[in-house]
Amino acid sequence: MTATDLRNTTTTGSSHAQLHTDVVIAPDHGDEPRRSTRLLRGTDIIRAIGSAVAAVSLTAWMFTFALPLQGEIGFLVVAYALFLILFVVLTAIDDDGPSVRDRIASVVVHSLAVLMLMALFSVVIYTVGRGLEPLTYLNFFIEDMSAAGPLDPLDRGGVLHAIVGTLIMISIALAISIPLGIATAIFLTEFPGRYSRFVRTVVEAMTALPSIVAGLFIYATVIVFLGFNRSGFAAALAITVMMLPIIIRSADVVLRLVPGNLKEASRGLGASTWKTVWTVTLPTARSGLTTAVILGTARGIGETSPVLLTAGATTFLNLDPFNGPMTSLPLQAFTFVKSPELNFIARGFGTAAVLMALVLLLFTLARLIGGRGPGILSPRQRRARDRRSREDRARFDRRALGIPEPEALSERIARMAAASGRAVAASARRAGIAAASVTSSATKYAGSRLRAWWASGRTRIDEWRAARTRPTNDGGDQ
Amino acid sequence: MPKARTSKSDSEAVPERSEDVIDGEVTPAFLGVSDDEQSPRSLHHAKEFVDLAFRRVTTAAGSIVLGIMLLVGLFLLYQGYNALEVAGGNFFTEVKWDPNSGEFGIAAVLTGTILVALTAIFFAVPLALGTALYISEYAPAQIKRGLVTLVDLMAAVPSVVFGLWGVFFLTPAILPVSEWISTYFGWIPIFAVEGFDPSDPLATPTVFTASTFIAGIVVALMVAPITSSIMREVFSQAPLGEREGALALGATRWGMIRSVVLPFGRGGMIGGTMLGLGRALGETIAVFLIISPVFVIQTRILEKGSNSISALIALRYSEASAFEISALMAAGLALFLMTLVINFAASSIIARSRSGGVSDG
Repeated sequence: MTATDLRNTTTTGSSHAQLHTDVVIAPDHGDEPRRSTRLLRGTDIIRAIGSAVAAVSLTAWMFTFALPLQGEIGFLVVAYALFLILFVVLTAIDDDGPSVRDRIASVVVHSLAVLMLMALFSVVIYTVGRGLEPLTYLNFFIEDMSAAGPLDPLDRGGVLHAIVGTLIMISIALAISIPLGIATAIFLTEFPGRYSRFVRTVVEAMTALPSIVAGLFIYATVIVFLGFNRSGFAAALAITVMMLPIIIRSADVVLRLVPGNLKEASRGLGASTWKTVWTVTLPTARSGLTTAVILGTARGIGETSPVLLTAGATTFLNLDPFNGPMTSLPLQAFTFVKSPELNFIARGFGTAAVLMALVLLLFTLARLIGGRGPGILSPRQRRARDRRSREDRARFDRRALGIPEPEALSERIARMAAASGRAVAASARRAGIAAASVTSSATKYAGSRLRAWWASGRTRIDEWRAARTRPTNDGGDQ
Repeated sequence: MPKARTSKSDSEAVPERSEDVIDGEVTPAFLGVSDDEQSPRSLHHAKEFVDLAFRRVTTAAGSIVLGIMLLVGLFLLYQGYNALEVAGGNFFTEVKWDPNSGEFGIAAVLTGTILVALTAIFFAVPLALGTALYISEYAPAQIKRGLVTLVDLMAAVPSVVFGLWGVFFLTPAILPVSEWISTYFGWIPIFAVEGFDPSDPLATPTVFTASTFIAGIVVALMVAPITSSIMREVFSQAPLGEREGALALGATRWGMIRSVVLPFGRGGMIGGTMLGLGRALGETIAVFLIISPVFVIQTRILEKGSNSISALIALRYSEASAFEISALMAAGLALFLMTLVINFAASSIIARSRSGGVSDG
């Protein structure tokens, strides 16, 4: 982007200069061709395609005839190495050192990015692909596994207990971590000092707390030390310990991005810290905070190891988080694939696909709500703000003119309209006329009166404005 | 201007005030205080009850979180102390894991953990660096935001999914590669594989399954997104003026990246890598699904059998005696301390490479 901008400016700048010098000095430009400012050169594409074709053919020849090589990944690696070598040779024929290095870097960076995205896509697509079969059975979503044995076909049993378990656990975890996390993030940003800096350091270091350690901690405290049984609640606590630092850290970052001058303006108007946080900081950062919470949720929902240690696996539906073992989607997927039965493995992939769909849903939600940074408004919000601003302006103008406040007036009219509407409606009901239509027509009447009054008010304001500007002009003339 | 003229009384007051201000100091007359009370007025204000309560509540929340986080370490130490006392110094040198007979230590699992994490970082850093550079420097502006979202989404893919992929998809596909590396680079100790004879055409590739190498690749894919997202963030903060300066001096795009973006983003690169390393050390389920646990110091990364602390805990916690639990807690404590040190270092490096303070809108 930067480069393009820069080059565009340079081009226009030089063409201006050319125009100018043509007039003043008129030097001989000769046959210097106009330079292309495009970043991607046609020759590069041709070279890349040529080397790719040559590399693939050469590798195919090597694999089939020349060398004892095998395997798809090996083929790709060899082909890519050959492609790089051929591309370098082709580029070096025409270009000089820095340019060759630039092309190589570009090719390597592009291919690394493609490789990573491909690998991650293959993870997702492979899982969904292998899990597709169980997903076509409705019973997969509305039954638990209590009645299905390892040898049963896919039309018996399902993962309802895991879905419900996941939802219960994450709800408990969120009920604890949202208030605690947001309050801590506010503490970190609003009350800076040595203590809060210490808290921030500890929380930041805990962001990458191994999830199994979080599970082990709850196992050590709740189950071994306090002597409770494994339950959904214990698992929810383990997920909370894991999620809290993630939520606090991203909420802290978002709150720190709230413009300082907004907060200062609020303080300058005499608002207290609490008022400032409640009416300025939190609303400004609302979308970012939502994103922070949802991203933490996505991480918490997908973790297996804390649940593995604390929930205890079960095959039947359990709705009580405090009694009896519970299971969650990742734990259920893990349990399924440990079995050697093919149907169980297919169910494991299906469960993983359901889990990913849940994470994707949360993520989409996060993007929809919190796509914008703090203080950046959607078009609708911007229109609303403009409207409020116009209303404020009109109110100031009215006050300067001594016109009664429209709120009071409109409220009075509305109250009168409503009262008269009610009276009319009551009598109308008695007379057997439909009440609703009368009320609505009364409201409509009140609305039209209100609009008429508003229009007259606007005319008066306009007149006043005109009257106000005229003397000033006169004064200037004098 | 017109406003000032409309109100007569205001315009009368104005000259007097401006005179006072021009004098350079705010006189008591301006403040409406008589001459003998020239001492600066106190800025103390009575704190409202709501404010005090607000402060107390948020501080309490911060303290609770701090308490939980400190408790994690303290409880692991408390529960694991019993086992640590019995094992003593052998805890770090013993490879066996048989707490009931008193012979146990984390030498084997610790080596496995570190080797898996290092393999993961070896693959993750180039991938993450390439992706971060692509997104911040090469990608067209239209798809940049989409790519950022995609990488963030990948960071949220559950680890059990990566484990499944590693076991059922990657293992069969990667075996010829392992075999090839071992055949031609087997003279390097870590690539050697015991019981594999390259000249035997009937050798089964099963000695290459469930290895550190495969677990490392899977963990690499899990940590690459978070590493990449930290690197990209730092790269995109490289100052515009210096980028344009480099280009104006005739640098190619790669020249600009090498002389401006990479030096500027060095802190983020190191910090992101270390954060990825911290994640890789703690990864449980994917590693657990892939490896077959062995209790020897296994440094041949291509060979079947590996181990890690988290996999050990996941494997042994369920049918463990009280003392075994204590031993597992001690192992967990070792893992916890290791990741804690790495994360501390990483976050301080990242923090130093970012500018702090409040932002202005």
